[in-house]
Amino acid sequence: MTTTTLAVLVPLLPFLGAAAGLLLGRTAPGFARPLAVLPTLAAFVLATLVAARQGGGRAIDAATELTPTGSVPIELALHIDGFAALVAVLVGCVATCVQIYSTGYLRDDPRYPSYAALVSLFTSAMLLVVYSGDLMVLLVGWEIMGICSYFLVGHYWETPEARAASLKAFLVTKLGDIPFLIGLFALATDAGSFRITKVLGAVASGGVDHPTLIALLLLAGVAGKSAQFPLHTWLPDAMAGPTPVSALIHAATMVAAGVYFIARLLPLFEASQAAMIVLAVMAAVTMIGSALAALAQDDIKRVLAYSTIGQLGYMTGALAAGDRGAAVFHLLTHGAFKALLFLAAGVIIHAAGTNSLAAMSRMRNLRDRVPDAYWTMTVALLALAAIPPFSGFFSKESVLGAAEHVATGHTEHAPGAAGWTVLVAGLLTALLTAAYAMRLWLLTFRGRGAEAPDHGRQPLVMNAVLWVLAIPSLALGGLAFRLLPDWFDGGDLAPTLTTSVLGTGVALVGGIVTYAAWRHTTAVGARVPLGAVAAHPEGDAALVEAEAIASHEPAYGNVAYAPDPSDPGRLLLGPLHRHAAVGFHLDAVYSALFVRPVQAGASLVRFLDREVVDTYVRGAGTLPRWLGAAVRRAQTGNVQTYVSALLAGTVVLAVAAVLVATGA
Amino acid sequence: MHLAYPAVLSALLFCTGLYGVLARRNAILVLMSVELMLNAVNLNLVAFDVWLSKAAEETLHSGQALTLFTIAIAAAEIGIGLAIVLAVHRNRGTSDIDRLRDTAEGHETGGPDTDAPATGTAAEKAEATA
Repeated sequence: MTTTTLAVLVPLLPFLGAAAGLLLGRTAPGFARPLAVLPTLAAFVLATLVAARQGGGRAIDAATELTPTGSVPIELALHIDGFAALVAVLVGCVATCVQIYSTGYLRDDPRYPSYAALVSLFTSAMLLVVYSGDLMVLLVGWEIMGICSYFLVGHYWETPEARAASLKAFLVTKLGDIPFLIGLFALATDAGSFRITKVLGAVASGGVDHPTLIALLLLAGVAGKSAQFPLHTWLPDAMAGPTPVSALIHAATMVAAGVYFIARLLPLFEASQAAMIVLAVMAAVTMIGSALAALAQDDIKRVLAYSTIGQLGYMTGALAAGDRGAAVFHLLTHGAFKALLFLAAGVIIHAAGTNSLAAMSRMRNLRDRVPDAYWTMTVALLALAAIPPFSGFFSKESVLGAAEHVATGHTEHAPGAAGWTVLVAGLLTALLTAAYAMRLWLLTFRGRGAEAPDHGRQPLVMNAVLWVLAIPSLALGGLAFRLLPDWFDGGDLAPTLTTSVLGTGVALVGGIVTYAAWRHTTAVGARVPLGAVAAHPEGDAALVEAEAIASHEPAYGNVAYAPDPSDPGRLLLGPLHRHAAVGFHLDAVYSALFVRPVQAGASLVRFLDREVVDTYVRGAGTLPRWLGAAVRRAQTGNVQTYVSALLAGTVVLAVAAVLVATGA
Repeated sequence: MHLAYPAVLSALLFCTGLYGVLARRNAILVLMSVELMLNAVNLNLVAFDVWLSKAAEETLHSGQALTLFTIAIAAAEIGIGLAIVLAVHRNRGTSDIDRLRDTAEGHETGGPDTDAPATGTAAEKAEATA
């Protein structure tokens, strides 16, 4: 088979798997698991083959036009360069891991077939986005991901949190998608084509007349999909979905799509200095804000969600510095270790029966209950905190190195201000990242208090997947940073001495400070009992998690916050803790700015409809009603009255007929 | 015999029947009055048939034949009518037409033993008109 055929099969196989899963899920439940895992696995293998054949050489382009549109043509096009090939391998790998893990995680779930089919559809949409060489076809995958995230985040639709979160995820990303669509149209009008290669050609020859406007419109869609400030609020709430879905959304698919999209069209963004500055500021605000928020969260998955937002901030920061190689490098390593973090968190939530860090910090020996999750999560957290030699170190240093390169004025395609913004924010975030990674690890595995509950061994598939993902988390960065430049634009990804020392230094400082704070507060914690533990510890992991999410708000008063005095994050953040726990009140701001005006408008419309329009309608009905009431009086129920009226009528008619006949 | 006698007699019979249908309160008597009206018509049919057949060369006596039909139909009608009256009487304890006003607009309850269904229908009607 040619490489093009293989590449077409990559998104097609999970799509067919999803269609078959949705059709057969009810009639043949036995096929649900093979139909979920095998197409995704095949897509992974094929994506690896495509990557091997492409080999970082010339981009593979293929296109076919289905039908003329009359104006700008829409083509089914492939555009596979080194970025696409490697990101597709990552997507395939993470999706396969998630599917295998889900067979264990949702083993008793009655809605597993539809769940698995939607995960397959999600994977296929992301692979379509990755391989597509046409912006309209890319948009199709982009929107399918939106609707799939709605269904998957709302998988536990029995709980109000999940329903609200799925709606929020859908609406917030749609808010970004509308400017995105307009931006695509504007871009196609300027460039005369939806093909990425032609668009980039037009950008290079200066054929795009409004790069700033287009770039900012596209940026709105990217901010929605990649959860960048100010459209990031859906992502922490999306934790209401099952853990494998969180892993899929956060590691490889949904959020990666935005970063990947900018990476593809980076020359367009570079054509506008303003867009690059906006990108840099967005990245800086996102990084620092999310890292502070992560330090204050109580739900283990929300910590990871905010950390995803922060790591995506690094990627957009690298893009703002004009280095897409560093951005996609961080995307790859982050995909591996973040998937691992989420999947391990799923195991821990199952074992502990709670998703609250405050409750876990009061359990002794939780790490002995889940040794696999303990070791793999330690690896992933070290990678997240960018400690050498774990993979996160190399990718984060390449981002910081790119920012430093720009800040010192060595390049002309990105403004120096953007470089400084990203560099300073990046270093500060490195400190905070190490702090919250340390806090997560200490609270989860170094708890003191009652013995952790024993629910027996976790399913084998779940633990096996963790070890599979631990390998790239550990080694991908160190092995790949010399090879990747051949696949990417050729820029050097090796860590530079200054940023390495600085980055690792602040990370170590963050970790040590958190450890000291934890030693200081842990004495207080033992005295305050706290914790809500799931009611059905023998149930499957998905059930335990759904119960944990549902019980967090009744137990602690908030989904994100627990009144735990022994939390080192509370000591470190001081008065900021309260605000950081609720994401700096951004939801409240949105509620005041958008939700309440819309609700007020809705109640105004309701008033106009109920009181004004309906009054006219009722008024118009009044006269007929009075007439009807008058006529109804004749209906007495006495048959003899009716016959009398009949007789009278007959007589009148007869007299009239006689009079007419006689001509009187 | 002159045609006037049977004609006047049938007119009188018809008027009596009409009065009975319109004014009597007992359903049985109303049915009897209907019979009177039918028989007044029968009398007319027979009388005019005889009067017409005097002038004709040959006749089929269709008036008299029609009378036979009317009698048969009247017998069937009175059977059904009496059965209905009997059923109503068993149900309601009365065959007084003035008190059988279930079809009235916003009617009151007809008797003590029809309370429950009557209020039920009243409520249904209120819902339907609301």
